[in-house]
Amino acid sequence: MLRDITLGQYYQAESVIHRLDPRVKLGTTVLFIISLFAFDGFWGYGVAALFLGIVIKLSKVPFKFMVKGMKSIVFLLSVTVIFNLFLTPGEPLVQIWKLSITREGVRLAVLLSIRLGFLIIGSSVMTLTTTPNQLTDGLERMLRPLNKMRVPVHEIAMMMSIALRFIPILMEETDKIMKAQLARCADFESGNLVRRAKSLVPLLVPLFISAFRRANDLAMAMEARCYRGGDHRTRMKPLHYEKRDYIAYLIVIGYLVAGVAAGKLIPVLLGGVVL
Amino acid sequence: MPIILDKVSHIYGEDTTMPVRALDNVSLVLPDGQFIGLIGHTGSGKSTLVQHLNGLMKATSGAIYFNGEDIDSDGFDRKMLRARVGLVFQYPEHQLFETDVFSDVCFGPKNLGLSKKEIDLRAYEALKLVGLEDDYFYQSPFDLSGGQKRRVAIAGVLAMKPDVLILDEPTAGLDPRGRDEILDQIARLKQETGITVVLVSHSMDDVAKYVDRIIVMNKGRVLYDDEPKEVFKRYRELEAVGLAAPQVTYIMKALREKGYDVSDEATTIGEAREEIKNYFARLVAARKERQGAEDA
Repeated sequence: MLRDITLGQYYQAESVIHRLDPRVKLGTTVLFIISLFAFDGFWGYGVAALFLGIVIKLSKVPFKFMVKGMKSIVFLLSVTVIFNLFLTPGEPLVQIWKLSITREGVRLAVLLSIRLGFLIIGSSVMTLTTTPNQLTDGLERMLRPLNKMRVPVHEIAMMMSIALRFIPILMEETDKIMKAQLARCADFESGNLVRRAKSLVPLLVPLFISAFRRANDLAMAMEARCYRGGDHRTRMKPLHYEKRDYIAYLIVIGYLVAGVAAGKLIPVLLGGVVL
Repeated sequence: MPIILDKVSHIYGEDTTMPVRALDNVSLVLPDGQFIGLIGHTGSGKSTLVQHLNGLMKATSGAIYFNGEDIDSDGFDRKMLRARVGLVFQYPEHQLFETDVFSDVCFGPKNLGLSKKEIDLRAYEALKLVGLEDDYFYQSPFDLSGGQKRRVAIAGVLAMKPDVLILDEPTAGLDPRGRDEILDQIARLKQETGITVVLVSHSMDDVAKYVDRIIVMNKGRVLYDDEPKEVFKRYRELEAVGLAAPQVTYIMKALREKGYDVSDEATTIGEAREEIKNYFARLVAARKERQGAEDA
């Protein structure tokens, strides 16, 4: 029942995007998200859609996996769309009772859905093509300058990767303990809220104990290998920029220029038609 | 309360790209009062199988009957099933949660909605059955040793007074002494209460001494289902699926190959000892006879 939930949704495939340095992917995702909010007008979003489409094609991840992430924001999206539709002042298009849909409202609602949709899909591309470990590695490297400001970057990255690693283990553990208590006729489903909350005690106590035990074991194992973390630690897989990473950066810069240019120039070329 | 499995299959992750067939057309009858050993290599499907017996897992296809009723039919009381078919998981001490041993054992019968008196009585009986001394009853379960914790957990299932007791690798992670203690305790329990016991294990040595029927699982199928003697005769086939006959069987075979006229059917140390003693007795008798003949 619990093992169906997938977190850290890496999709195994052989593609250029998978092989890129995680820093490139992290940087690109951040730039892409900024670009989504910086572009003005629909031409820029045309360029963004093209860019996203090419990246998805290159990543060899089936499109349906990208859309999965969208499900979680459908509610949020529909609320904002409705508010924007009805509450933006401007030139009314349709009048229903006291509410009116305005031209500006439609424009804002459409822009907003595009921005949020692309944002989710764009970041899904990153998480689907990068393993959690690569991701934290990349993050650690990118945030290294903060070390000078006494931010414990390495420790934070380590905690992140351990937390990610523990999610499936604890899921499995929960499943096991739940079954063991069910075998003792435990009832997790009926009764009112108080009863149900109480029925979780036989599940949570063993789960916490096992989490502490595992954490303790891990700490011990790290200690036994003289783990100290921090500055002088070498890596098994050091991050190296390769030719394809530089090319990727160039392409991203090209994309930003094209996006901005498309937003500014095409309407002018078309004789000032503002969409 | 016999349990009947009719062509039970279970597939993990059926709608994913990598479905795993954990059980493949398993048909079995578990009659009352038997002591059954369920043997298989890691990943052979034995744990999956036992979770079907008390309805914790649902068969992908096939049916399971408890006392003649389909456990998957509407209106079937699954809570009753879980009380009647007690399942002790691997490392059951990880399920303990109460502040003292006695209350933890009470958890099962309490869930059955029994009276306070009956609950206490059953918990007491169960703790006695697993041979835990009274001194420990009101200690925290977390202060006990590994073997003691495991007994408490087994008592937690026994307190529901099941007709069938299933133990999934009850000796995993115990030292030889703890292992023997637990297994002897289970054997005694079986004798005293007469319930059906299913002992899941991957070690033939563990089960050979106790059970009167062995079911060997391999890759989700039932490979053999017979008396221990018959199963261990196929020790070569067992080795091919990552199992082995009890060590003493190998010793007897080695003796036989060296030319000693002993039977290689012994599966426990006791049987082997008898067999070897008999062999020597025959030798002595033969020598005496020969001497008698020479004297005459």
